[in-house]
Amino acid sequence: MGEIMRQNILSPIALAFALGVFAKLMRSEFQLPKDIYVGISIYLLLALGLHGGAELAHASIGTILWPALVTVLLGLITPVSSYLVLRRIGRFGVQDAAGIAAHYGSVSAVTFIAAQQFVRAMGADPEAFMPTLLTLLESPGIHLALAIGVIQAGAGGRPLRDTLHEVLTGRTMVLLIGGLLVGYAMGDKNWQGIAPFFDTQGSAFKGALVIFLLEMGVVAGARLADLRKAGPFLLAFGTIMPLVHGSLGAALGSVAGLGVGGATVLAAMAASASYIAAPPAVRMTLPEANPTYYLTAALAITFPFNILVGIPIYYEIALLIQGS
Amino acid sequence: MHTVSLKLVTIVAEPVLEEQIADALRGLGATGHSVTEARGAGSRGMRASDPPGESVRIETVVSAAVADRILAYVAEHYFPHYAVIAYVATVEVVRGEKYV
Repeated sequence: MGEIMRQNILSPIALAFALGVFAKLMRSEFQLPKDIYVGISIYLLLALGLHGGAELAHASIGTILWPALVTVLLGLITPVSSYLVLRRIGRFGVQDAAGIAAHYGSVSAVTFIAAQQFVRAMGADPEAFMPTLLTLLESPGIHLALAIGVIQAGAGGRPLRDTLHEVLTGRTMVLLIGGLLVGYAMGDKNWQGIAPFFDTQGSAFKGALVIFLLEMGVVAGARLADLRKAGPFLLAFGTIMPLVHGSLGAALGSVAGLGVGGATVLAAMAASASYIAAPPAVRMTLPEANPTYYLTAALAITFPFNILVGIPIYYEIALLIQGS
Repeated sequence: MHTVSLKLVTIVAEPVLEEQIADALRGLGATGHSVTEARGAGSRGMRASDPPGESVRIETVVSAAVADRILAYVAEHYFPHYAVIAYVATVEVVRGEKYV
């Protein structure tokens, strides 16, 4: 366990993230220009979609059915469990609890990518259809949590239908689903032509990921000052809830037939909190939810936790469950 | 040069609100608007934007009556829960007839 932790902490992803946090804490003026940040995130998501689609062309429907079903199930469980814990134990108000739950019910694509890179480095290749599962987990959690919030609070900032449209047409969904379709349709020969640039195992992708994680570190570092405002409960929630959801993900993934690599990645997906799709959706639909809570929990607590220590733990849990 | 006295309404808001406010301006009688990205700080620190921390400044030149409607709308819909400020200035506009 210690050796795996060490390997993960010394990965370029984790180190670049730590450098970004450090730069922010030192009050360095460094930050990635906004357009480059957006550009790299587009590249990462499109590459994920294209490569996933190209590999999906070799998969059979039978192998993906059960993993897809448990992924949707996770998308329905995690927002509800988050909401209940936040309400009953954390004593948060309806809108705050639902707002935070929307983030934990959805998924962080960067955490997904980091988990994929990690299990491959461990020699446990994840199933080729994992990016497809990612698209299944992005949306349901946000909508379920927002629906709970709107119904329980009796009012919302705007209709859920508008939010549904926004999330489904957002950058993440269009690039991931669009990329999957394009990658699936274009065939092996065409994929080989663009693989040097878009291969998620390739050096271009891994290099871009390092730059992106550097900026994520800066963004998370900027949020660290708000940890005090978030309070001890949210700190505990942001680290314990991922462990609960991660264990559940590893277990359900294993039951559905995923290998150790796939089960670890699914666990990381279930454990992660969205910080791209969820924040604007929550802001518009539940205006009374305090952004300090959900942004700090997702970005400054759970994201670093998963990247630095969570993913190796989910890997160990998956190993334990599958008895290898 | 011939100018017309009109109102410049400026709204500084969270980026998530840009589209909604732009639609509302049209509905309240503005013939156009312009948006610039802004940085800064205020009493509400957090922005639910990607990347976080930015604001938008929405400006529109309108008649005094429309300016009143816009301010009332913004005050009612956004002041309670969002980081939004709005203000009006009287400006002398060239080709001012276009905006009324």
